[in-house]
Amino acid sequence: MASIPAQASVVVIGAGIVGNSLVHHLAELGWTDIVQVDKGPLPNPGGSTGHASNFIFPVDHSREIADLTLDSMAQYKELGVFTESGGFEVARTEERMEELRRRMASARAWGIESSLVTPAEVVEKVPFLDPSVIVGGFWTPTVGVVDSVRAGTMMRESAEAAGALTVSPNTEVTGIDVDNGRITRVHTSRGEIVTDRVFVACGVWSPRIAAMAGAEIPLTPAVHQMISVGPVPQLAERPGEISFPIVRDMDTFCYERQHGSDMEIGSYAHRPILHDPDEIPSIEAAKLSPTEMPFTDEDFDPQLEQAVELMPEVLSNPDVEIRYAINGLLSLTPDGAPILGESPQVAGLWSAAAVWVKEGPGVGRAVAEWMTNGLPEIDVQGADIARFHPHQRTREHVRARTSEAFNKTYGIVHPGEQWASDRNVRLSPMHAREKELGAVFFETGGWERPQWYESNAGLLEEFGDRVMPRPNEWDGRWWSPIINAEHLAMRQRAGLVDLSSFVIFDVAGPAALDAVQRIALAQMDVTIGRVVYTPILDENGGFRSDLTIMRLAHDRFRIVTGAAHGMADVKWFHDRLPASGAQIADLTSSWTTIGLWGPNARDILGGLTSADVSYEGFRFGTARTIEIGSLPVLASRISYVGDLGWELYVPMESGLRLWDVLYEAGRDHGLIPVGLGVYGTTGRIEKGYRAFGAELDSERSVVEVGMSRPKVKSQDFVGRAAHLRHREEEPKAVLCSLTVDDHTSASGQMRYMLGGEPIVSADGDPLIDGHGRNAYVTSAGSAPSLGKHVLMAFLPPAEAVLGNRLQVVYMEEFYPVTVASVDSTPLFDPDNECIRR
Amino acid sequence: MTLVFVETDTSGEVTLTSAEAVTFARKNPQLLPDGGATTSREGAAPPSGSTEGVVIGLLSDSAVNELGRLGVSVIHHLEHPDLADYSAAAWAQAIVDITPESGTLMASGTPRGMELMAHAAVRTGQRMAANVIACDDDGLLRQVFGGTAFERLRLDGDLHVITIAGHACTPEETDPTDPEVFDYDLDVAEADLTTRVRRTEAEAADDASGLTSARAVVGAGRGVGSENGFGEVLELVDHLGGALGVSRVVTGLGWRPHAEQVGQTGSRISPDVYIACGISGAIQHMAGIEGAKTLIAINTDEEATMVQRADYAIIGDLHEVIAAVNEEIVRRRG
Amino acid sequence: MNILVCIKRVPDIAGSVTLDATGTRIDDSGLGHTKSSHEECAVELAIQTAAATGGTVTVLTVGPAEAVEQLRAAVAVGANDGILVEAADPSVFAPEDIAQIIGDVIRDRAEAGQTFDLVLTGDDAADTGDFQVGIRLAYDLEYPVLTNIQTIRAVDGDVGGGGEGGATGSGAVGAADGGSGGVADGGAGVIEARGIGPAGTEVFTLALPAVIAVQEGGVDPRYPSITGRMKAKKAPIAEYDAPEPGTGSPRIRLELPEVRQSSVTILGEGPDAAPALVDVLEEIGVMRP
Repeated sequence: MASIPAQASVVVIGAGIVGNSLVHHLAELGWTDIVQVDKGPLPNPGGSTGHASNFIFPVDHSREIADLTLDSMAQYKELGVFTESGGFEVARTEERMEELRRRMASARAWGIESSLVTPAEVVEKVPFLDPSVIVGGFWTPTVGVVDSVRAGTMMRESAEAAGALTVSPNTEVTGIDVDNGRITRVHTSRGEIVTDRVFVACGVWSPRIAAMAGAEIPLTPAVHQMISVGPVPQLAERPGEISFPIVRDMDTFCYERQHGSDMEIGSYAHRPILHDPDEIPSIEAAKLSPTEMPFTDEDFDPQLEQAVELMPEVLSNPDVEIRYAINGLLSLTPDGAPILGESPQVAGLWSAAAVWVKEGPGVGRAVAEWMTNGLPEIDVQGADIARFHPHQRTREHVRARTSEAFNKTYGIVHPGEQWASDRNVRLSPMHAREKELGAVFFETGGWERPQWYESNAGLLEEFGDRVMPRPNEWDGRWWSPIINAEHLAMRQRAGLVDLSSFVIFDVAGPAALDAVQRIALAQMDVTIGRVVYTPILDENGGFRSDLTIMRLAHDRFRIVTGAAHGMADVKWFHDRLPASGAQIADLTSSWTTIGLWGPNARDILGGLTSADVSYEGFRFGTARTIEIGSLPVLASRISYVGDLGWELYVPMESGLRLWDVLYEAGRDHGLIPVGLGVYGTTGRIEKGYRAFGAELDSERSVVEVGMSRPKVKSQDFVGRAAHLRHREEEPKAVLCSLTVDDHTSASGQMRYMLGGEPIVSADGDPLIDGHGRNAYVTSAGSAPSLGKHVLMAFLPPAEAVLGNRLQVVYMEEFYPVTVASVDSTPLFDPDNECIRR
Repeated sequence: MTLVFVETDTSGEVTLTSAEAVTFARKNPQLLPDGGATTSREGAAPPSGSTEGVVIGLLSDSAVNELGRLGVSVIHHLEHPDLADYSAAAWAQAIVDITPESGTLMASGTPRGMELMAHAAVRTGQRMAANVIACDDDGLLRQVFGGTAFERLRLDGDLHVITIAGHACTPEETDPTDPEVFDYDLDVAEADLTTRVRRTEAEAADDASGLTSARAVVGAGRGVGSENGFGEVLELVDHLGGALGVSRVVTGLGWRPHAEQVGQTGSRISPDVYIACGISGAIQHMAGIEGAKTLIAINTDEEATMVQRADYAIIGDLHEVIAAVNEEIVRRRG
Repeated sequence: MNILVCIKRVPDIAGSVTLDATGTRIDDSGLGHTKSSHEECAVELAIQTAAATGGTVTVLTVGPAEAVEQLRAAVAVGANDGILVEAADPSVFAPEDIAQIIGDVIRDRAEAGQTFDLVLTGDDAADTGDFQVGIRLAYDLEYPVLTNIQTIRAVDGDVGGGGEGGATGSGAVGAADGGSGGVADGGAGVIEARGIGPAGTEVFTLALPAVIAVQEGGVDPRYPSITGRMKAKKAPIAEYDAPEPGTGSPRIRLELPEVRQSSVTILGEGPDAAPALVDVLEEIGVMRP
């Protein structure tokens, strides 16, 4: 048996499209002594790459996925394995046509050439499609097919040719040693490899391999059914693998893809069929390949009828036979995003899993850059393996969410859509009260958070049209005018917000100051009791996070961040602590937080405490412990909604008491419960507050988002050099707030944008910034205090001029907008008088 | 006593598989139920544990001698004009007529052997166990799932009717005896002749490709990749003057005709050399090549069953390797 | 000609299998299921023959409820209807029991007015490999039986003619006389059947009704068309419950073969090893001069 190198700089497990792309890019980036193992033979070791249908539609609602796909397409083209066929997404219903219009928005936003077409135009290119079945289509001329096995082979061989890589097929990984939380060794059927880095790029088997190191890669193998029928005379007439466009029959969740004289029909319509990684047969026991599971006819039968409806001429031909049919395995994750990056559980254990053929090369490049430089060129933070909260890594959660998500693959998914499964995992102490108040719960990080309260419905009458009702069902789905009513009531009186979902952790120890000073952009050597809002940058000066830090003691800092990205923040801090002198303690489940904001906040709080909460006695940006009855409460005077008030922190077990006390005391001051609809959108957007993941990401600089301060602290911090450079440069884009001037659609209905829409010039031309990005709406929401619908977008600097008249494209109609802010100046209360009252 | 149905070929010689069955019977006397003499034979009862043979049709002198060397003490030779053409019902009845009430009736697991034992089992009211490979105190062991697994079973009754799986043992000679040969007057029922062979079309040989007679067979499996991937393989077949054999996957995909299929449900071959190219070694395929004297595997997967079972192997892409082999052969020919 | 094809749901296995906890069955939880390849050919022969004679094809199986998938798969390629004799675990039956069950169903269908001129089975099932159900069924029905048949053809007229076999049974199908029910009308037709014998292709001529056990290889089973598959979904399936086993399976347990030790000599990797291989071929002496 051939032996294997005893040492490696990195062991890449998996020789599918991801592993092969990875070794190629690692070698390009200068890595040597890479060892790649796969338990299967080459060139097709039997994973999902081997049975993939191998076509690529570049348009995706996710910018991250679209970026990875476009990069992958470029790489496939460079390798000469890309064949452009064009592709249609066809609609059978008007509801789907609306979705195709939204896809047009994404196409415009990411700068991908696409167009809406009539049934007749579809038939021009796909003559065997029955136009009477469809109402229209979405045409993307750059759709194509790739040979992913060939591409992988070429990439792997290039790394071998460079002398950087040893490949060992037919080699099973039998164990991974971890010492002191770090990878030390990989055991294989051909011997041991000493290494401190392992890349898990083994698709559906990834959870099993990660488990060997005591870590979790929360994905599940799931079935995607595919059949191949033929020979089809109409297809055989034209030479080559593919000469007709691929058709996605969106409403039936199926696709039809020519493969020579055969037609492949794939489906995402059947029941979710999930497997455990341990259930996947061995290569020996598998009839075809291990990931080509036995076909279950009955699951596919309904799709056959629908396929025949769409292409009766070719598919009802009795000579066209079903020659190949599989339940092909692919990887699904609980939130649908890939799982990339270094595990927060084991240092040196990297994941590149749950990746489709369309993203494979791009992901390989991104993670190779990430491991080499600390971060990839393309922002892949949405796919960061560190994002998962512990419960999100459990098998049950993965099963529940992937079961729910499977049929959304071709589904029409509203941007606000909530998960139905595995809810009520994390409940705040006041959850029962909130339910009594008719809270409508949205979930983030497992936490049930009131988005609005039906008990506030009475406010609608009070505020009338100021709540900006949305007559269109889609615009108003997962939304309520009560949010805007709560907003206005808070601005006039006071609101109480359950913020229990905050991720809270302390950095403590003699080296704590040095540690946070090195991580945060803002000056951290502040007096005890100061609260500092700060960007967290990466080495390139892009955003890694934004959060608040309280200095609680000379050697203790409390970091408060959001539930969605908090887990990645914990890892970011953890990885940058000194070897000794500072520790992290995650206090998320120890502390609950209640926000109290509004002009009456001081009166309410003042009536409950003997502490001085006056303007002078409790300055903005400070925190200290006060007594509210028998509760010691850490009060922090900051605001993400732009109003006077405090975040009040108490131990989880006292949260209900504090809520009740505040609620009771607020009764005479017009206090109402306020949901996250206000906290997350309306409150911040009229204040121009940026949100991580929307406006803030690794591609945009502090300058471009308008958050640079007059001075930069003298102490070094991550990203400082880049930040200094950005301050000297002309910005490539400028984050602006725009107001919609006229909401009236062609049909006379008032329409409200939800985010993701392209911004174009008054003439309808795309606006492209210095990064090569088309302008698009990063956040959209009501600004009830202004009576305006506000959009945030990065514009080319030349367009970032107050009063500039542009247009937003929504559902393929153009609406006039005006640039209302070109820096972080709030549209509402520009002098921040409300906060500082 | 064990009575073995012995098949003879067109020259009256004992077939290899029948020799195997006789050997199996001789080597397992104590483990099979032991009855007395056959009912229709005159003379003294044979010794317990003896092996007797039954031959229908042609029986050469050399076959008698061979059976003697294999340890057969008595040969029942059944000849009748009505048995000249094969008819399962008639042949089975003829065998049943000389089968003892207790003991073991067996044949090798060939199509004929299977069919006759099944008829005989019905006609004697017995169970039948097919493809037996061993028997011991724990009962019989037979191949199931195409040889992928074995079934352990126990037959009841005084007479066991079984067939022996091909290649379950190797023919082995023992102290030669001079078998007694008994001939019989038979009574063949008309009704049993309705299923007789009306004619044999020897010219319509299924072995047009020479698969079962070739000294060298090049086997090709799924690893060939496509219908058009047989170029190098066929060139090698040509260089060797051999035949092409394919796995069931290949015929299943419609890449090659069934006549070329080797395995449990295709041809069973016994060439001097079998070169398996891109065949993983599914048990159904292995069953067809057990007779190959030398096994060479060309496969990308060193762990493949075929490689592990082979005498020689080259690890690599079959197209590249065979192209190089073809080149080398051409080069050596000059 | 109306034809009944008996098929069996079997696990679609590849190289290796594992046993379930009882040790009496293989663990088929991760496996697909199919019918035996012999039976695929039997279905194909039935479809062709029925088409040529204007008859019908019915498929029958004794198996778990899921075996309806195999019946529908046969309908998808051209069978007309199916009969499911439900038995949760068919491995408890002896081949005798299965033959008896099928025989009883055939007689029952005859009483209901559905008769079969020809009953096809596979030579043996891919899982149990018993090689006797077809033969036992024929005796139960008192029909003549052929095994190892690769092709069949309906022919006109009498069973006579052909070869040195001499006189035929004057058209009578001995065993069928006085059949115990389920017997198609006399003179249902004549079938010519071919199979591979030791000396070449053997040709049989047989008056119906009869049982024929098919060996793979004579025909290429067709794949289903999409419309066939759609038709299969709606095909009528008659259902019976299997009785308790009569004779019962003689099985004690299943065993798996031991893993053999390899004695392979690796000649090398890739094209560079070609000369070593040619050396071996020369040594064996199979090189053409």
